[in-house]
Amino acid sequence: MNDLLRCSASALAARIAAREVSAVEVTQAHLDRIEEVDGAVHAFLHVDADNALATAARVDAGELTGPLAGVPLALKDIVVTKGVPTTAGSRILEGWIQPYDATIVTRMRDAGIVILGKTNMDEFAMGSSTEHSAFGPTHNPWDLTRTPGGSGGGTSAAIASYQAPLGIGTDTGGSIRQPGAVTGTVGVKPTYGGVSRYGLVAFSSSLDQAGPCARTVLDAALLHSIIAGHDPMDSTSIDGPVPPVVEAARTTDISGMRIGVVKEFAGEGYQAGVTARFDEAVALLETLGAKVVEVSCPHFGYALPAYYLIAPSEASSNLARYDAMRYGLRVGDDGEASAEEVMAVTRAAGFGTEVKRRVILGTYALSAGYYDAYYGQAQRVRTLISRDFAAAFESVDVLVSPTTPTTAFELGSRVDDPMAMYLADLCTIPSNLYGGPALSVPCGLAEDGLPVGLQVMAPVQADERMYRVAAAVEAALGTDQLLEQAPEIP
Amino acid sequence: MAAITRTDVEHLARLARIALTDSELDALAGQLDVILDAVGRVQEVAADDIPPTTHAVPVTNVLRPDEPVPCLTAEEALAAAPAAEDQRFRVPRILDLQ
Repeated sequence: MNDLLRCSASALAARIAAREVSAVEVTQAHLDRIEEVDGAVHAFLHVDADNALATAARVDAGELTGPLAGVPLALKDIVVTKGVPTTAGSRILEGWIQPYDATIVTRMRDAGIVILGKTNMDEFAMGSSTEHSAFGPTHNPWDLTRTPGGSGGGTSAAIASYQAPLGIGTDTGGSIRQPGAVTGTVGVKPTYGGVSRYGLVAFSSSLDQAGPCARTVLDAALLHSIIAGHDPMDSTSIDGPVPPVVEAARTTDISGMRIGVVKEFAGEGYQAGVTARFDEAVALLETLGAKVVEVSCPHFGYALPAYYLIAPSEASSNLARYDAMRYGLRVGDDGEASAEEVMAVTRAAGFGTEVKRRVILGTYALSAGYYDAYYGQAQRVRTLISRDFAAAFESVDVLVSPTTPTTAFELGSRVDDPMAMYLADLCTIPSNLYGGPALSVPCGLAEDGLPVGLQVMAPVQADERMYRVAAAVEAALGTDQLLEQAPEIP
Repeated sequence: MAAITRTDVEHLARLARIALTDSELDALAGQLDVILDAVGRVQEVAADDIPPTTHAVPVTNVLRPDEPVPCLTAEEALAAAPAAEDQRFRVPRILDLQ
């Protein structure tokens, strides 16, 4: 493999800045890698070689600068890009070219980051395996018969197979962290409102958050610092300073930090190899000088049910915009059919099974007579979960848990069993409901030879704390080199 | 408490404007029952005196000065329309013309 492909993003940027290698060469090496392996992985839905090489050339000409200038990136196909298709993994948006860029796209381009293309995902980010994409599943580079997690499986698989050192995902219930964990990569969900949502295809607006994906903690922090910060175009964007994540990622000293182990996220349902690597990581944190205690968060067990009411409810409202009138698919417009009939047949043809299931579920949860029992109660549980976090953060600086109960599962094994699929997000959902930041950092391989992720959760706007812990774990375990153990892709 | 019938799903599909097939209606009725049973657990814990959270981080209404700024042209806005005519979106009939 070309040695440029194995390089971390920060090292690549340094080599490009020092003119040891050109951004065009780096970009071409990654485009060649996509050509070579993506037939087997299927991480990308669209590769945008022309724009990628054009951006790289501008970096080489000195027009674009920044800490990651010239570094290629895989962009989840839920982030809109002017002139390049955005499908969000759905037939209903197939071929849609939108007329503007998301704020994070503008920020990345201005910083010289080279967007290679758009990556596969579960339709409208609803799923935990990328199998709900209308355009076929993505395969896990560690074992092509397994899923790369979801919904952002395309981005994580691209990073894990050296097709890109950086990526962007979105995390509504774990869609950045869970794919990160099962592909052996770093995935970060920033504080809600920390990164602009302008130009993200909306799934569940009170939970959605874009964030960085990478092979190293420092690379994720550098990308985080580029995309974060207030955006007048997103009224939920936080108007305040960006947490000092890059400094934190360069600090591997965690002596004196108080770390809480979530008691509820262990035991039955947790794979032995996941528990073993997690327990070792916790012991390591103690060795590194942290003060580790067990913390009970009694309502975390109710996060999954609350999430599967709140997210489908918001989705049923957000997806009402796909009405076949202004953009996207239109089916059945024969001059006779009414607008309402055209809407119904278009949505039937354009939405996949999981999206239909969630829209119907959300419609039910919001309907007269059931609203209080389901949506209202779920919002009260959301309050209880936030109170659990607040109580925990009185005595600890961060919370830790396994990112996922199991390693990557086999393609096809859960796709017809929605409840089994939903369990993949058991540990990641609480942070979305609370709004605090959380990340997944690799902490070794389980008994089946597949990667395990350590989740670190921090208080709202204290994103730097989780980077500090993750950087210490990565440095001590050498997990920035974990992907070296992944098999060659045939 | 849930017990969602095929007729319920048919009604919900009409509200959601999705023309589900017979086999989809059959499958969804069974699955939604299982899902609602599981998610209905939220009724076990949250008492009425717990305030609901709609948004994780406090948000307030955000205003900006009422000044014209550049926006999409009609051509850009209509570029992805399934049908357009005279600089407008062309839609199927919305009134019942008997």
